[in-house]
Amino acid sequence: MKFGVVVFPGTWSDRDCGWVIDQVLGQELTYLWHKDTDLKGCDCVIIPGGFAYGDYLRTGALARFAPVMEQIGEFADRGGLVWGICNGFQVLCEAGLLPGALIRNASLEYRCQWTNLLVERTDLPFTSQCEERDVIRVPISHGEGNYFADPATLSRLEQRGQVVLRYCDANGRVVSAANPNGSLHNIAGIINARGNVLGMMPHPERCAERELGGTDGLKLFRSVAESAFKVLVS
Amino acid sequence: MIARVIVTPKPMVNDPQGITVKQGLATLGFREVSDVRVGKYIEVTLDVSSEHEARARVEEMCRQLLANHVIEDFHFDIVRDGHR
Repeated sequence: MKFGVVVFPGTWSDRDCGWVIDQVLGQELTYLWHKDTDLKGCDCVIIPGGFAYGDYLRTGALARFAPVMEQIGEFADRGGLVWGICNGFQVLCEAGLLPGALIRNASLEYRCQWTNLLVERTDLPFTSQCEERDVIRVPISHGEGNYFADPATLSRLEQRGQVVLRYCDANGRVVSAANPNGSLHNIAGIINARGNVLGMMPHPERCAERELGGTDGLKLFRSVAESAFKVLVS
Repeated sequence: MIARVIVTPKPMVNDPQGITVKQGLATLGFREVSDVRVGKYIEVTLDVSSEHEARARVEEMCRQLLANHVIEDFHFDIVRDGHR
């Protein structure tokens, strides 16, 4: 499995993702510069966290016009795996690859803390190594992770089972006290209808080694690495 | 010509900034304030020949980039340079 990690000016989690991919998991890794016009044969493209283009205007608003994004859109259309983490989730929403938007945290505070996530889908290439209804502990680090979608979109997401990760307590109960940012329905991560584009606010790359206080994030990376869903590039 | 674009959060979108500013105003004694919404002001200078053309172009700019239709509404007016 060859991973491509996208680097925009202002991206900050690219090296953390890269470390997990090649040092922890021993998978093939390449970095994709925002001006690149080909994806170098990657099977999975990660859009990591940070502040692409300074998050000017809105988070992710300008990143979506980068040359590499056009390739990523076509790659997703062909069934390629695209994984947006934190700022990457914001970029995917702005690009229209995922529905909804991420707005300012309800608290107005930048939140940097551990969260518990209920994994609601384990049939995806991103979550196949998780157990059914797994509760994983993954940190967040964002000021604008408050997921919003209009009521029709929200109910469509719920009906189709597109909510993959939800903020919960340590026992897996989805309660408002466990919601760090005000996201509707405690949404932490969603998948597109086809099941190949995942967006999530928490940072699995920051909990993939014991030294970092947890290894639950590795489950997601390992899922992709060992995914039987090889890219369906036609 | 200059387009003066106002972008605001949609009524259905929670606006924590607006709520916080409203609370600040109440603390200062402005108790008549019943609601505050915080948006953006964007000034775009255009080199076009007519106001009609300016309107069409700015409308497109708003739809494609300046506002996110999921969470924001926009409106704008057009003024001639030097009449800001």
